[in-house]
Amino acid sequence: MNTLYLRRRIANALAMALSLLATLVGLAFLAWILWETLRQGVGALDLKLFTKITAYGEDGGLLNSMVGSLVINFIGIGIATPIGVLAGTWLAEYANRTKLGESIRFLNDILLSAPSIVMGLFVYTIIVLPSTALTHGSTSFSGFAGGVALALIALPVIVRTTDEMLRLVPSTLREAALSLGVPQWKLTLQILIRAARSGIITGVLLALARISGETAPLLFTAFGNNYMAVNPLEKMSSLPQIIYQYANDPGDAMHALAWAGAFVITMFVLLLSLASRLILSRTKVSHD
Amino acid sequence: MPTFPATAAPEQRAIRDARHERLFRWLLKGCALIVLAALLGAAGATLWGGREAFATFGWHFLVSSEWDPGNDVYGALVPVYGTLATSFIALLIAVPVSFGIAVYLSEVAPTWLRTPIASAIELLAGIPSIIYGMWGLFIFAPFFAEHIKPWLTNNLGNKPDDGKLSWVAEHVPFVGKLFGSDYPFGASILVAGIVLAIMIIPFISSVMREVFQTVPTRLKESAYALGSSTWEVSWDIVLPYTRSAVIGGIFLGLGRALGETMAVTFVLGNAMQLSASLLDPGTSIASTIANQFSEAAGLQKSSLMALAFLLFVVTFIVLLIARLMLRRLASKEGR
Amino acid sequence: MTDSALATNPVPVAPAATVAPKITVRDLHFYYNGFHALKGINMDIPEKQVTAIIGPSGCGKSTLLRIFNRIYAIYPKLEAKGEILLDGDNILDPRYSMNRLRSKVGMVFQKPVPFPMTIFENVAYGIRHHEKLSRKDMEGRVEQALRNAALWDEVKDKLKQNALGLSGGQQQRLCIARAIALKPEVLLLDEPTSALDPIATGRIEQLVEELKSQFTIVIVTHNMQQAARVSDQTAFMYLGELIEYDRTEKIFTKPGKKQTEDYITGRFG
Repeated sequence: MNTLYLRRRIANALAMALSLLATLVGLAFLAWILWETLRQGVGALDLKLFTKITAYGEDGGLLNSMVGSLVINFIGIGIATPIGVLAGTWLAEYANRTKLGESIRFLNDILLSAPSIVMGLFVYTIIVLPSTALTHGSTSFSGFAGGVALALIALPVIVRTTDEMLRLVPSTLREAALSLGVPQWKLTLQILIRAARSGIITGVLLALARISGETAPLLFTAFGNNYMAVNPLEKMSSLPQIIYQYANDPGDAMHALAWAGAFVITMFVLLLSLASRLILSRTKVSHD
Repeated sequence: MPTFPATAAPEQRAIRDARHERLFRWLLKGCALIVLAALLGAAGATLWGGREAFATFGWHFLVSSEWDPGNDVYGALVPVYGTLATSFIALLIAVPVSFGIAVYLSEVAPTWLRTPIASAIELLAGIPSIIYGMWGLFIFAPFFAEHIKPWLTNNLGNKPDDGKLSWVAEHVPFVGKLFGSDYPFGASILVAGIVLAIMIIPFISSVMREVFQTVPTRLKESAYALGSSTWEVSWDIVLPYTRSAVIGGIFLGLGRALGETMAVTFVLGNAMQLSASLLDPGTSIASTIANQFSEAAGLQKSSLMALAFLLFVVTFIVLLIARLMLRRLASKEGR
Repeated sequence: MTDSALATNPVPVAPAATVAPKITVRDLHFYYNGFHALKGINMDIPEKQVTAIIGPSGCGKSTLLRIFNRIYAIYPKLEAKGEILLDGDNILDPRYSMNRLRSKVGMVFQKPVPFPMTIFENVAYGIRHHEKLSRKDMEGRVEQALRNAALWDEVKDKLKQNALGLSGGQQQRLCIARAIALKPEVLLLDEPTSALDPIATGRIEQLVEELKSQFTIVIVTHNMQQAARVSDQTAFMYLGELIEYDRTEKIFTKPGKKQTEDYITGRFG
């Protein structure tokens, strides 16, 4: 009997120690990755990053890539936000518990983790190829195509958060508005979406964080450009794309530039997720 | 009742309201259908792009390990193997570690510590995959080549640096081949698997932690009341109760691993070769596409599209299973 | 089963009051997901008086109230049969305009549900959908509604602030203001004080007393004392049937049915 107790206690202690170890390992890798990004990135920070374009190579900066990232992300979020919010609204308000609604909600969850490189090829097929054919090659890869590819990745994030946030809105709010004779579409646009506003904004921020680090879908859509481009119909550089290119270059100076770009993206993403957390925690307080 | 001036034409307004309502419904539905269109479109576009490759090679495309742009002959076996091997290694590492984290965070850790640690782990999920790739390429792969790889080849591999075959390599079948390598760099299937594991740990562990929290307290309390230890409650009560969702979480991580491009491309070595050794470089579907697509044309481009179609179908099925499994627990809760 | 229940249980359609009925309910049945929730209700609700509906939880009192403005129709699988005549027109007829119904019948819910906008906008929002008013007229209308709801003095300096900042009692009076701003003829109150403290409850009851000169009020309440305090007639419901309906003082002093007496004296599950 005593040996049984002892064996069980040892097994428990061992398992608990291992679970603690697993957590420490997870945290250690997090710290390692963040630390290296910080160390290498800060070491490579330089004013020329923000003033010079990539055409100068080792002596250049990342200005055109940063501008390109801004433009492409803006297009991506600009397309995904209205579509995603309306689609999420349909799921929560009009198609809740219908067959089609349930299926789309389910497929949206799959789209959420679908391989992003395939989304890039999809946009290559439906936008890059036709625009090459239509303009006889004067427009092929473009910032716009990159934006559409990112929109496809942002879309399911926004659909899901909108859907979830709207379903948290108490049904009494709907009844109160309908009892005043307000039609459902007005109720949805003017009251429900407003009531779920901060949650929806959080979803948009999360989607932005998600797409601002995406590389694979941009390789065959926005492609890259060593010169400054702001016209979305031109080929466009972006931070992830230039990091990918420079990291595969043998030169140390290029690696430093890649680390600087990685640092900028990481900081941007971390700030976004911090901001979305803050918004969410603030709304929780005001709702209680 | 003259109190109401606006009721003069109520029917007209009702008709207008109904029209707006219909329009609004169609608009919303149209937006929702875009989700469907994106999935169907991605499958359709890659299938269409790969039709030439499928037509030329037929089923042979799946089993051939040849990838020769010089002779315009392409087979998917090497990238498919690389994708499966790296994802399998990633799961092998990520599943026990994630389970440990989830148990620690839901049963062991002091309450005040749970939220900060969970947030930190979730932070890991938010880091873009290209950062993992860079860290893998510049930091981890060299570290691996210098500190871990020599030990592995000397103690487990069949081609040790010092020439002395270890006991394991001599007596246990296959292990020697798995860890034998004369390739001098770190980038390899194993390193790619490890980087992928680090990437998917936060996904799997946060799903596990979430579902562990759905276990009714009274269930756990009754087990504790019988004298069970924390470990016994986790293994005998919590895990069986949440089994389907835990498997769902694992498949979700697998789906991510299969489709990941950047984290893998940097550390896989990009060699179109089939090697038994995990320490040799290889390639995966996603990294083959990323490396070759912009310079490919004709049949090679079509073969890359065909690879993308395969990848999409496989991840779709894996993710489908994941969501179905996760949903089972949700419906159990609902009851 | 329903018919036999009706036959053995003849219920007075209206109390002895001599006022003309504003709402007339005839053989009303209600089903959700196959469950027979209301079993042949018949009652007359007199104009410009307060009618209370009481009964244990699940007796169908809230369900009945929610049919009076057809708010139930926003959920699928709910079905009402029978007639509800409002000024002689059957509101259950699909041809009855929803806009007309909702502007004639206002409703206030259990929990205060201010919209996520300013106090002013909360009251103006419903009006805007039914009438086009100049800015000045709108301000007058909002002020009048807030005064009617006895809220004006407390909020007149913060009309531009978010309504979520008001206390629970103030929020509920804001909801009443929002409902009466449409100048309805009937006001439905669904347990309007169940989420409020006693002082806020007292103010709402006082308000109901004042409003009955302008509106026909139907109040569902869990609180029998409240029914006794504010209503002119009281209906007692049990298991989807109208057991007894009479002048309030009669119901609370000399109930005609054993079940009513049991409920009122508290000898009831």
